[in-house]
Amino acid sequence: MSYRRTRAILVKELHHIVRDSRSLIMALAVPVLMLVLFGFALSLDVDRIPTLVCDQDGTSASRDLIRQFQASRYFAITGFAATTDAIDRGIDRNQVLMGVVIPRGYSRDAGSGREASVQILLDGSDSNTASIALGYAETVVSNYSLALRSDMQNLRGGMRAAPPVDARLRVWYNSSLESKNYVVPGLIAVILMIIAALLTSLTIAREWEMGTMEQILSTPLRPVEMVIGKMLAYFLVGLADAAIAVLVGLFLFQVPFRGSVVLLGVSTCLFLFGALFWGIFVSASARTQLQAYQMGVLSSFLPAFLLSGFVYSIENMPRPIQVITRIVPARYFITILKGLFLKGTDLRVLWGEFGFLALYALIVFLLATRKLNRKLA
Amino acid sequence: MTPNGLAVEIHDLVKTFGSFVAVDHVSMQVPTGEIFGFLGPNGAGKSTTIRMLCGLLTPTTGEARVNGLDVATQPEEIRRSIGYMSQKFSLYDDLTVEENIDFFSGIYGVPRARRAERKAYVLAMANIEEKRKALTRTLSGGWKQRLALGCAILHDPPVLFLDEPTSGVDPIARGAFWGLIHDLSKSGHTVFVSTHYMDEAEYCNRLALMYRGKVIALGAPSELKKSLTGHTLLELESGDPLATMRALEGAPGVSDVAVFGSGLHVTLADANAEAGMERVRQRLDSNGIVINRLAQIEPSMEDVFVAMIEAEERKAA
Repeated sequence: MSYRRTRAILVKELHHIVRDSRSLIMALAVPVLMLVLFGFALSLDVDRIPTLVCDQDGTSASRDLIRQFQASRYFAITGFAATTDAIDRGIDRNQVLMGVVIPRGYSRDAGSGREASVQILLDGSDSNTASIALGYAETVVSNYSLALRSDMQNLRGGMRAAPPVDARLRVWYNSSLESKNYVVPGLIAVILMIIAALLTSLTIAREWEMGTMEQILSTPLRPVEMVIGKMLAYFLVGLADAAIAVLVGLFLFQVPFRGSVVLLGVSTCLFLFGALFWGIFVSASARTQLQAYQMGVLSSFLPAFLLSGFVYSIENMPRPIQVITRIVPARYFITILKGLFLKGTDLRVLWGEFGFLALYALIVFLLATRKLNRKLA
Repeated sequence: MTPNGLAVEIHDLVKTFGSFVAVDHVSMQVPTGEIFGFLGPNGAGKSTTIRMLCGLLTPTTGEARVNGLDVATQPEEIRRSIGYMSQKFSLYDDLTVEENIDFFSGIYGVPRARRAERKAYVLAMANIEEKRKALTRTLSGGWKQRLALGCAILHDPPVLFLDEPTSGVDPIARGAFWGLIHDLSKSGHTVFVSTHYMDEAEYCNRLALMYRGKVIALGAPSELKKSLTGHTLLELESGDPLATMRALEGAPGVSDVAVFGSGLHVTLADANAEAGMERVRQRLDSNGIVINRLAQIEPSMEDVFVAMIEAEERKAA
């Protein structure tokens, strides 16, 4: 491998990048746009669930229960319905997600120590939100019933009884359970994968389309030099993208960062190498820029988005899919990023992920070089 | 310089793509320092042959050597000792003239000490100094063509392969370009150049005419013209070229009538020009056609090639 020839490719690619200012601006603006859009839109938090209440009991006890719902930040009571039919209509029209029906006799049952029941109606068409809402509603109701019972025992026996078991929950690493704290690190990985693969996916296909490839192939230039030279040029753009994404995450989304900056830098470089080499491999496999672009989007975006554990947890996937996720580099990078941002973990825990990213970059580099080699013949 | 003084040796070279035979048992030799012209219509197999000589395509069978190096087994070594200019002027449009030169200088591995000198030489040779900072896409065809040639000779290769370097360029620029090729040949470079402009054949020391994958004629331009002996070429102008053609086509002794400029070229299958002209006169007289001008002329390269290709087609039929 010749330093001089590699440098010639690198300088030439940098000229291309600088001259094509529109693409460069796109490459730098898209990560910010995606982070902002996804960061705000892809909130997996369930709160302020629009709720309709049908109070058939109409007693102070039932109003007390309603106040419990009002006090919770997870529910927003949008109105009161006279009949359960009104709740049905509200759910059908997507005005509310949940309905609470307090039946006649609720306060009598509760007051006499018999089991009192409350009906919760949920819109199950969004099963994820529905099950989370159900959990919150059950908590509100059972807390309230416990409090009622202890009050009652108080009245009867004089001694104030403590609830049988009191669970004191403490959630580590993301104590407020805000989804942005794990969405943003995941997003950074997804965005870098797409941008990096797309940046390089056009570069070789373009040389074929322009006819410059034929010229280059008649020179002593070797495929290794071409792959390395092109990768390095776009690596600079990728690094700028990574810096922008991290800064937006830290300052706009206020995501904490608890790990080592050096490890963040190293893992980003390793991940970018792999993604950029992948783009070159795709580009060398396609003959036209259009084909390369489509292949680049499909092969980078989909696995990084769906199979990395970013949106859907890998543990819940069918076995064969779980096996496939093992070769998705974004999966490992997301683990590293979440570790660095939220947990402050170090190399003792993350060495396996680092190792995979390095291995992936090496394998894809060899594939890209080979693919280019074959075309020389 | 190779021991046997040959820059290019081709022996029984064949290239097939599936069932299509692009190059069909081609053999030829090009001595060092020659301008060798490779002529033929589009699709005759010229580019495929040149690509094999540059190590871009592997021959199906047969052997070819460039500077004594085997194209099938030593493509790496060949790439270091040739310059290649492909059909499209393969420059980077979004780079300036200088950036293109620097890039090719880099990938040809021109030593640092010689780079400035080679760049100055190329800028001067292509007469493009004042455009050095211009983006390549703003250059006209002639400039691009000379720059592409310049980029292909930065490493001072002994052998140059130029694949239709003059296509799509205006006649004045074409003339200037052939001047550059001539200069390169004088300084000892071998230039292997393909074209489909028959008039450019005259600039070459020797020629090969390729047709449907085969070399159907090989030799110096003057030799090839002599091969047309046994025929007489007449130039004929009359008031009504169309009627004249109709009257002469298929007439005894007339082997071909073709429109040429404002008149006609009539080929007679007879070396006796006087007798032949007399017969043409009589035939046109009897058809009531007035002859403005009738004279024997020297055949041009185009006449030679048209005759050869027609002979080839008659053989095939």
